[in-house]
Amino acid sequence: MSEAVPALSPEQMRCLLQTMYRIRAFEEKVDELFMRGEVHGTTHLSIGEEATAAAALQALRPDDYITSTHRGHGHCISKGADLKLMMAELLGKETGYCRGRGGSMHIADVASGNLGANGVVGGGIPIATGVGLSIKMQGLDRVCLCFFGDGAANEGTFHESINLAAIWDLPVIFLCENNQYGMSMSVRKATRCETIAQRAVAYGIPGERVDGNDVFAVYEAVSRAAARARSGQGPTLIEAVTYRYKGHSKSDQNRYRTRDEIRAWQERDPIKRLAAYLREHSLLTQEEIEREEAAAYQAIEEAYQFALASPEPDPDSLLEGVYA
Amino acid sequence: MTYAEAIREALREEMRRDPRVFLMGEDIGIYGGAFGVTYGLIDEFGEERVRDTPISEAALAGCAIGAALTGMRPVAEFQFSDFMAIGMDQIVNQGAKLRFMFGGKAQVPVVFRAPLGSGTGAAAQHSQSLEAWFAHVPGLKVVLPSTPADVKGLLLSAIRDPNPVIFLEHKLLYRYKGPVPRGEWTIPIGQAEVKRPGKDLTIIALSIMVPRALAVAARLAEEGIEAEVVDPRTLRPLDEETLIASARKTGRVLIVHEAVLTGGFGGEIAARIASSEAFYYLDAPILRLGGAETPIPYNRTLERRATPQEEDIYQAARRLLQRRPL
Ligand SMILES: Cc1ncc(C[n+]2csc(CCOP(=O)(O)OP(=O)(O)O)c2C)c(N)n1
Repeated sequence: MSEAVPALSPEQMRCLLQTMYRIRAFEEKVDELFMRGEVHGTTHLSIGEEATAAAALQALRPDDYITSTHRGHGHCISKGADLKLMMAELLGKETGYCRGRGGSMHIADVASGNLGANGVVGGGIPIATGVGLSIKMQGLDRVCLCFFGDGAANEGTFHESINLAAIWDLPVIFLCENNQYGMSMSVRKATRCETIAQRAVAYGIPGERVDGNDVFAVYEAVSRAAARARSGQGPTLIEAVTYRYKGHSKSDQNRYRTRDEIRAWQERDPIKRLAAYLREHSLLTQEEIEREEAAAYQAIEEAYQFALASPEPDPDSLLEGVYA
Repeated sequence: MTYAEAIREALREEMRRDPRVFLMGEDIGIYGGAFGVTYGLIDEFGEERVRDTPISEAALAGCAIGAALTGMRPVAEFQFSDFMAIGMDQIVNQGAKLRFMFGGKAQVPVVFRAPLGSGTGAAAQHSQSLEAWFAHVPGLKVVLPSTPADVKGLLLSAIRDPNPVIFLEHKLLYRYKGPVPRGEWTIPIGQAEVKRPGKDLTIIALSIMVPRALAVAARLAEEGIEAEVVDPRTLRPLDEETLIASARKTGRVLIVHEAVLTGGFGGEIAARIASSEAFYYLDAPILRLGGAETPIPYNRTLERRATPQEEDIYQAARRLLQRRPL
């Protein structure tokens, strides 16, 4: 963990732990449901990457906006989504966030500032920029945090959007979750750049690389970027280096990486690291930590039961929501 | 007032009325846009609301969508509609679908304006008519105004519409003059107009083909033939009642557009009429006239040949009239 004492209260740290447990519990359940054929389509799990989502949102305010990615369950939960409505969405139920029309890859809750996961790699980056423009033109004291992966950093939208946000000093935080693979393509093969963060130089904005499995490091980087954005100084590019334990999606045979590599990253597990910190600093007892973990799994089970009991959309409502 | 001035007037009036409306696009500020449409607006509204963007079409489209999603009413100008291809993901996969994917819990009130069409010698990458691409996508509205009055009335409606609207302006129409009502003047999106009534045949024309069809109708009138000219004005949603009613009335239908015939919107119109009860009133098969199956060539003669001209429409109308009743 970071050497410096984090600027977080014990209550905030507990909240981080809770959020990470909820993300993990949610995704483990989704994985299981998928295996059992109860969730259809495809799904992308962020198990192992929980720290970036949890810490980034801890550094923001409830009325800030986010745009998310195909691997967005964690972002959604961290933004404060109701687990029941999320689970209902994955099961395609009318009670889901998007009335079962969106599914895992398109969950949004515009009312709470969650402007949606995205099925198109790099698709959310221009939208986040537009949200930043909207915030600025309306004179609001908000920021928009844009999540994307290392793979998305090679899309044209990445370049165009960051450049636009930079020239207009828009309050956008571009947060690259570098889990080191775009499907099977290693980031080392996908770019000659040493880091994604160094690309910030090309747009004349600050770029920062942090350990994405360190909640405190992510929290601090995003806090700094948010302060910059709110004071009118424009966007920041942050690269959080992390790792996904599971395959890219359900079809992944994991042929492009080794068990040893995965094991090595599991030893740096972000949840275990935070739990250890909390114990060592006597902020939580082992028993309290276990209680948080159990509570998360319990909440997911309740969400699942809610989703199961929820009605399917009425087939006659097919055309609803296409036009306003 | 010219078509270009009518657009400017609509933008000006709506920006005065609604502070959420703003413009963005390449060179739309001091330069006034590639066709001078936004000329002078920056003087009144400043560079915050008449926003020059870098040459970044994907960011332009997506940025407008993001702003629309969070309370603004952007009007984004593509310098040429051909370049909408670069912003296509944002328009088609994001803007058009967000509301639906979010379970109907969001609105994307954005207008994408762009000049389309040939006739300026700009050749294959600056002259296409791609409206059928967009009309194919649920979630978008697609508008092709053909007169100064229509362009003003429809643009005001487009800006006020809570959905993404693709607003396609023909380059050659920009200098066309016509009467335009002053002040508040809106035309509902999705309403066709009979531009000239007639009883002997119907010419359904899109965009620049409307003035050409009207010229042909005038020529036919001298020969004692009354052609009805109908302008759908909006492709999605399509006012099929008006088109079907006209087909039923005259019994003969010619559809004309500049876009390439294959996959062109005329096929859709023909199918709608043929599968309606107007079918029983047809005295001849529906005839379609569209662009040649080629990218738009540079050479002036070839360019003219690639898209229907007045003479082509006249000849087609004559052919249609010569067909015996079925
Ligand atoms: C434009 C586009 N191209 C390809 C895909 C297929 N695809 C989905 S996720 C993905 C990998 C994305 O990698 P990255 O951006 O690093 O995110 P990660 O999956 O690692 O979280 C690919 C290639 C897509 N959805 N969209």
